[in-house]
Amino acid sequence: MSTSNPNFVLMVEGLTVSFDGFKAVNDLSFYVEPNECRVIIGPNGAGKTTVLDLICGRTKATSGSVNFKGQELLNMREDQIVHAGVGRKFQTPSVYEDLTVFENLELSYPKGHGVFGALTFRRDDQVKARIKEIAETIFLDDQLDEKAAYLSHGQKQWLEIGMLLIQDPELLMLDEPVAGMSVAERKKTAELLNRIIQDRSVIVIEHDMGFVEDIATRVTVLHQGKTLSEGSMERVQNDPKVIEVYLGH
Amino acid sequence: MKRSFSSFMTRQDMVGFAILAVVIFVLLPISLDTFRLNLFGKYLTYAFVAIGLVLCWGAGGILSLGQGVFFGLGGYCMAMFLKLEASTPENTSIQSTPGIPDFMDWNQLTALPAWWEPFHSLAFALFAVVAVPVFFAFIIGVAMFRRRVGGVYFAIITQAFAAILTILIIGQQGYTGGVNGITDLRTLKGWDIRTDEAKEILYYVNGVMLFVVLFAAQFIRKSKLGRLLIAMRDQEDRVRFSGYDVAAFKIFVFCAGAAFAGIGGAMFTLQVGFMSPTLVGIVPSIEMVIFCAVGGRISILGAVYGALLVNWAKTTFSESFPELWLLGLGALFIAVVMVFPNGLAGVYSEHVAPRINRLFNKSAADMAGAKTPAE
Ligand SMILES: Nc1ncnc2c1ncn2[C@@H]1O[C@H](COP(=O)(O)OP(=O)(O)O)[C@@H](O)[C@H]1O
Ligand SMILES: [Mg+2]
Repeated sequence: MSTSNPNFVLMVEGLTVSFDGFKAVNDLSFYVEPNECRVIIGPNGAGKTTVLDLICGRTKATSGSVNFKGQELLNMREDQIVHAGVGRKFQTPSVYEDLTVFENLELSYPKGHGVFGALTFRRDDQVKARIKEIAETIFLDDQLDEKAAYLSHGQKQWLEIGMLLIQDPELLMLDEPVAGMSVAERKKTAELLNRIIQDRSVIVIEHDMGFVEDIATRVTVLHQGKTLSEGSMERVQNDPKVIEVYLGH
Repeated sequence: MKRSFSSFMTRQDMVGFAILAVVIFVLLPISLDTFRLNLFGKYLTYAFVAIGLVLCWGAGGILSLGQGVFFGLGGYCMAMFLKLEASTPENTSIQSTPGIPDFMDWNQLTALPAWWEPFHSLAFALFAVVAVPVFFAFIIGVAMFRRRVGGVYFAIITQAFAAILTILIIGQQGYTGGVNGITDLRTLKGWDIRTDEAKEILYYVNGVMLFVVLFAAQFIRKSKLGRLLIAMRDQEDRVRFSGYDVAAFKIFVFCAGAAFAGIGGAMFTLQVGFMSPTLVGIVPSIEMVIFCAVGGRISILGAVYGALLVNWAKTTFSESFPELWLLGLGALFIAVVMVFPNGLAGVYSEHVAPRINRLFNKSAADMAGAKTPAE
């Protein structure tokens, strides 16, 4: 099953990583369809972040396979995985504090990624228009010339989401995008995510159940590095195993 | 390829470049005799290294404590050419093997080593001045950055490299001139470089080369690559997961710094008339970082002033208190890091520039005010 299957964008099979004998992700398999929004939930330390790290190449897998549109990602370099069409948002907002919002978005614009390309990159009208468009989407069009350091926590999260959007990835992976946000920011983010998950496959890690119910096509419950349950939100919520380890308390 | 000029250089940058040009091409030459001017020319050769460090360290966060290696390699490449020109069979007729450099003869070599041969050609030597440092920087860069070695570990490894090269040069006396270095350099294509006139001309050549390097550094800093370096310094993973091969950018900027240092080394050899391992090792490499820190590690112009000022202080103080100089230098470094983390450039941009701007705006307002009633 290692060749491409048009029914799935992403096929994760037998994925395992061992940190000094501790298997943070243990023989995990799941499949993501085109335009699906897959939400991964699970208690702290279940291995959710590690799964995303493995897919995007940040952590090297011990064994298994991650097949994205027919390409095996496990032996590709991080930047090659990005160019293949996988975008990743980190759990803590990662933006370039010393640069302006505009420059943050510009560095994520999918052009001039080689050394020579970066030296000769031109800020043309097309680039400017695209940055403006993304800035409007992420509610930051008035802050374009502000240094990212001066943004609020929530605005930084939006900026990082914007930096992914400008790449226009086919598979977007978001790690706890609403964590640490105020109620108002949370609502705005939900609205933002609902808009951007159209037309692409998304994997989201999230704790907020209301939010999950709202966006999930399917839910995977992770526990001790393994799939505990998988299916629609309703099915997962009624799964006795899930109730026992996660939702029950 | 075309970026608008204003994105390459703001008005403030232009003022800074112009002031430095006046200092180097007008003020210093009219106020100094040839001996002192030559001394300042020597100081300016370290500025080449400091500019490279602004890119690597100030912008990219890559601290190299081995830039003396690249300075030395560039300097040695130049010295090898000049030495071969000085070692004609006529000049060396008293040697047991005439026609080879004197130190080779003293070390019982009877023929020029094959790897010295190409340095008969000036074109090859000039090429090597840049290519050899870049080659070594590339090897170190690939070996370190591909393995994700960074920070303190990288600094220590570059330091070790400086130590190794010094030991190698000193140990291989017959091939390198050993601890004395390559001395007694005389002419460049028949032009005597030891005369006062030649020294003045070389000072200006050095100044022009410095500006070439400054423009190159400015181009890099103002390109997207320059902003990427800053981004990498703060959030390396974010840059990587935005689709950039981070190691390639680090290798590039490290090689650029090495190329600048190599040119500086060659200009040193030409102006001072020798090259020796004392300019390659650990202490000079650390001193070069201090020039950069004092000038302000985020400013390429600051780096030039830092190199000038610290070296001028070194000459002045080490003449009177030679044993205290190293202590003084250490104290200066600590003071700068603690009190003025952005060095001279920081002092300028925080305290001097706002005043100048206010002055300009005020006089502009005065002029506007003076004009209104007349209309
Ligand atoms: N690089 C690593 N080295 C050692 N242990 C790790 C590493 N990364 C994650 N872990 C461990 O793997 C487990 C899963 O972590 P993580 O994926 O961050 O959990 P989650 O995101 O579900 O809260 C944790 O016990 C964590 O300590
Ligand atoms: Mg996590």
